[in-house]
Formats: sequence, C-alpha cells, structure tokens
Amino acid sequence: MHQTFDAVLEVNLLHANQKGADFNRAYFDRWGITCINLMSSPGAGKTVLLEKTLCALDGKVNIVVIEGDMTTELDANRLRQYGVPVIAINTGRSCHLDSKMVAGAVHQLEHYHEPKNIDLVLVENVGNLVCPAEFEVGEHAKVALLSVTEGEDKPLKYPIMFQAADCLLITKMDLVPHLDINLEQIVGNVHQLNPDCTIIPVSAKTGLGIPEWVQWICAQIHNLSKISTQDSLSEPLTVH
Amino acid sequence: MHEVDMTRSLILTLKDWWEENKKQVTNHDANHDSQLQITRVHLIVGKFTCVEPKSLEFAFEAQTQNSFLEGVILQIQETPLIAFCHSCQCEYFPEIGIHYACPTCSAPMEDIRSGRELKIANIEYTYSAHPQLSNQD
Repeated sequence: MHQTFDAVLEVNLLHANQKGADFNRAYFDRWGITCINLMSSPGAGKTVLLEKTLCALDGKVNIVVIEGDMTTELDANRLRQYGVPVIAINTGRSCHLDSKMVAGAVHQLEHYHEPKNIDLVLVENVGNLVCPAEFEVGEHAKVALLSVTEGEDKPLKYPIMFQAADCLLITKMDLVPHLDINLEQIVGNVHQLNPDCTIIPVSAKTGLGIPEWVQWICAQIHNLSKISTQDSLSEPLTVH
Repeated sequence: MHEVDMTRSLILTLKDWWEENKKQVTNHDANHDSQLQITRVHLIVGKFTCVEPKSLEFAFEAQTQNSFLEGVILQIQETPLIAFCHSCQCEYFPEIGIHYACPTCSAPMEDIRSGRELKIANIEYTYSAHPQLSNQD
C-alpha cells in the first residue's frame, strides 16, 4: 500500500545555517559582545584595514579577530603581531565562512579568554563578493569593502553583497589620482540598492577615513559601559 | 560553488523532518513496519540570490547518493526580481547587474516584493505500511 502525501514546510533553504547564526548571536548578546563581519573580494584590503583598526582601538576596546582563510594562516599571523587574540579558520575549499565554523572559533576562544572581557569580535570573511553575503555567521553588522581599482560596476554585478552591507568602505583611496575612477558613480550604484548604507572612503596607507571608520565601529558596540576607558572615546581617535 | 554548502544545509533540514515524521508514523502504526520515503522536494529560489539552480541540482544529486534521499527529485521554481516603488506606487522589474533604481523616478530599490526567496516550499512523500509477518497468522 503506497500513498503519496504533501507536507508544507515553508522554511528557509539555509535554515540550518541560520539556526547556527542565531545561536552565535545569542551567545554574543549574552556577553555584551558586538560582532562585525567584514567581506570583500580578495585583495580589497581587509587585513591591512584590520591592522589599522587594531592600532586605532588599542587599549580602548577589547578585540578578538576571527580570520577566515581558505588554506593559510598568513593573514592571522600578520594580525597576531598586534597583540590581539586571532582565531584562524581554514575553510578548506569552502569560499565563505558559515555559522558552524564561527561557532567552532568561539568555542576555541573560550579556552583562552573570558567572554565577559571581550567587547568586539571582528570576523574577516574569505575574500569573495558572492556567497559570504548569503551565509550569516551571527554578526550584528555587515561591512563590505570595495577598492577603487575594482571598478564602479561591482555593486551592480554583486548586488547581494552591497545590498546587505550596513557600511561600505571604499578602500585604497590613495590610488585615486592614478586611476580613471568615478567615485560618485560607485556611491550612486550602491545607493540604488541600499540607500541606508554608510559609505566611508578610506586609505590604510595615508590614514584617510580611518577615524570615521573607527567611530562607526564604536557606534555599533552596544555595550559601551564595558569599555574600560570609555571617556577616551569621546575624544577624536587617532590613527597610529 | 557555495551550492554545495547550501545543499548540506538543505539535507540537514530534510533529515530532521524525515526523522521526526518517521518517528510519528512508527508510533502511530505500532503493528506495522512503516516506511516513509521522500520523493520530491519543491524549492523556491529567487533570481536575486546567489543561487544557481543548475548547480544546486548537481550538488543535491551528488550529495544524496547512497542516502535516504537518493533518487529524490529536486523541483526548483525560480521567482523574478520585482520591486515596489513607493513614490510611483507601482511595481517594476529591476535589471539584475544593470539597474536597480525605479526606471520612472530613480528612487532606490528599497522594497523587494519577489526575488529574494530561498525556501523549501513543500515535500512530497510516500508512506507505505507493510503488515508484520506475525500479524498475518
């Protein structure tokens, strides 16, 4: 006897990943940790931006970096020089971080640090403009980076990434004099998709825009009372 | 090929559903050796997502071999990108990769009415109950 039935599910295809992301976010919330997910194509300057960010926030915010890389620990080793805990995740052949990988990193983190002493987790995703945007990891905010050498059309070609971003950093601004790049067009293309996106032009080389970027991060840290030297945040942050 | 990871997530959801319902069927039919077999899975995939349906089908077929899902048909319905412009009070079709703002008034694409779906809509399954030998005496 065979009978055919139909069950209505109406659940997200990425339900399993979403469940993990919600779990991670609840963990971060429990400890008053803000998590920011940085995404871009390979070579847009995520790691050097993190280097400048770690310098600028040194002594003001307790940071942990979760570093996603397909095979190496090169980026993680670069960031370890700044004296912050860096958890490296090698994704193997996977081109993005998912919530389970980040949960694994958080678990590792607990062995070394009291979560109550952490203010900010910065996640450097795998360099890729396509799928990291669809895989939430439990972040509170998404940041996309687009370097001026990549062209004005990238927000149109990779719309999911630029639509999902809460903040866009236009990187390598020091190269603008050498390029035929129309910055207004980049801004216009992003705003077609995402009018609320904060756009900050930055240069890790000259320090342009880094104070604004650091202020943006500080505004995302929801539990400001945890920051020990809170008063110093009202002063302009300097770039080292 | 992120469709591989998406498929992994899909399989986990299907496995949870299958195990849960198999248990219920078995409890309900104490005297029968019941079999619950998923035959077809209907997905709705929007055009404004990172998912390529062909890659998803390929990944699903490859990853379900020798599993409880082997041979299950993945039926993917694609939905177009449709946005609603609040200034013009009308729907429009943004051109993916080219232009997203309203073609009439250039207002940004803020209200997506279709195209972002990534959904397991429904599952078709068969349920066969084989009377156990002891009951046939």
